[in-house]
Amino acid sequence: MNSSFVTCASVQSANNFCGLSDAQIKMRVVSQFAARVLIFVCLLVAGKAAHAEEKITIAAAADLKFALGEIVVLFKSTHPAAQIETIYGSSGKFSTQIRQGAPYDLYFSADISYPRALKAEGFASSEVQPYAVGRIVLWSPSRDAGKMTLADLADPSIRKIAIANPQHAPYGKRAEEALRAAGMWEKIKAKLVYGENVAQTAQFVQTGNAQVGIIALSLALSTEMAKQGDYALIPDKLHQPLEQGFIITERAADNLLVRDFAAFIAGKEARNIMSRHGFELPGEVE
Amino acid sequence: MNFYFSVADLSAIWLTIKLATVVTVILLLIGTPIAWWLARTRCWWKGPAGAVVALPIVLPPTVIGFYLLVAMGPDGPLGQFTQSLGLGLLPFTFAGLVVASVFYSLPFVVQPLQNAFENIPERSLETAATLRASVLDTFFSVVLPLSKPGFLTASVLGFAHTVGEFGVVLMIGGNIPDQTRVVSVQIYDHVEAMQYTSAHWLSAAMVVFAFVALLLLYTLNPTGRRK
Repeated sequence: MNSSFVTCASVQSANNFCGLSDAQIKMRVVSQFAARVLIFVCLLVAGKAAHAEEKITIAAAADLKFALGEIVVLFKSTHPAAQIETIYGSSGKFSTQIRQGAPYDLYFSADISYPRALKAEGFASSEVQPYAVGRIVLWSPSRDAGKMTLADLADPSIRKIAIANPQHAPYGKRAEEALRAAGMWEKIKAKLVYGENVAQTAQFVQTGNAQVGIIALSLALSTEMAKQGDYALIPDKLHQPLEQGFIITERAADNLLVRDFAAFIAGKEARNIMSRHGFELPGEVE
Repeated sequence: MNFYFSVADLSAIWLTIKLATVVTVILLLIGTPIAWWLARTRCWWKGPAGAVVALPIVLPPTVIGFYLLVAMGPDGPLGQFTQSLGLGLLPFTFAGLVVASVFYSLPFVVQPLQNAFENIPERSLETAATLRASVLDTFFSVVLPLSKPGFLTASVLGFAHTVGEFGVVLMIGGNIPDQTRVVSVQIYDHVEAMQYTSAHWLSAAMVVFAFVALLLLYTLNPTGRRK
């Protein structure tokens, strides 16, 4: 019974206390501390900037996760001093970020139209280089996806089908086109769930919450996913090509290491890796 | 500009209001006994129980989203439970979002209620008991009127926090129109698709909503006033 009175009293005294000049002293201490942190951060940034030539930051579409990782390792074997940081995510988001001054040196997009738009707006210091053509597949860990076709998706025992969001994800756009071309879109529309990008789409299927997904071949071929389920290629005549392209951004215009890396991507070794990971190569499909 | 919101935007707004309302009602129903117990018990596991209730405040939405996705999946405990009831699986459904939001917004309802209950003097309850009021009678004629500000805070915060949910919905929702595509997800999609005008309208609406909700809370709620 007394405890509630005690709490009230202590709250009130705390309020009176805070209104006085102690608060101002606290403010001063805090601002001094903030100033020191700021100086420290400035020094840190300045220190990093001095080594800018040895560092590359790459923004890459989620479907490149496995292929680009391997290419980076191979590139580092001939450039041991190079620090390469790769960030994987959605192509659309990266292009927005680059417009807002994001610190990426290279931008690999799953849809070549994004880097083309950036180039047209003056955010690129190189031409738009096509580096791969992606393929979409049906993938499922719970049924024999190897023999599936798009028509099988109407099967009532398939309750949820995951695709990437066609509004903004390149793989989702192509999945919608293929479903429409096969005359399946209207039939299965009610069963569709939309992943934020193609990697999340795969994850919906991996966790069993969707029975089948339309995902990137490059993901279906990854060690982890190949163990879990089989895939069936969706004929590429059913959709626009998933032409992928990269640019060097404006901020990396004078970065020699970035130029080296860009040249390496076009080379035979990198192309072999790409093709092993389920990408077709720009020179081969016309 | 003639149309500020597209049909899809309006359906996202309606869905969000529906979700937040259902969640707030459920939370008040289950949050009240939990808060009462936490406020009155002297049991040793009051501490651990309070900490579990408060977890969603500290945990990143990704942790909650990931665990819920796995737990509600066909092999997860929640998924097997819902399947055995013949309800199917919860991810990608409105019901799934309700379950997730109830967990996610629980502390925002329980904590204000617990504070309100803790501030009710034991004497009032004893007086009611000596007048032979039943437990329910005491609750409705003593506890409820005394903790009205607590209920107001709990309702507004529970509702507003559910409206503001994003990460969990993105991870378990599957972005289905009229089912799981709430306003926060719709804004994200607009930004991703570079439809900035639509994103602006919806975002501005959210700012206005958040401000009005908090304004209501601060002006109507007498606990905020200082003597």
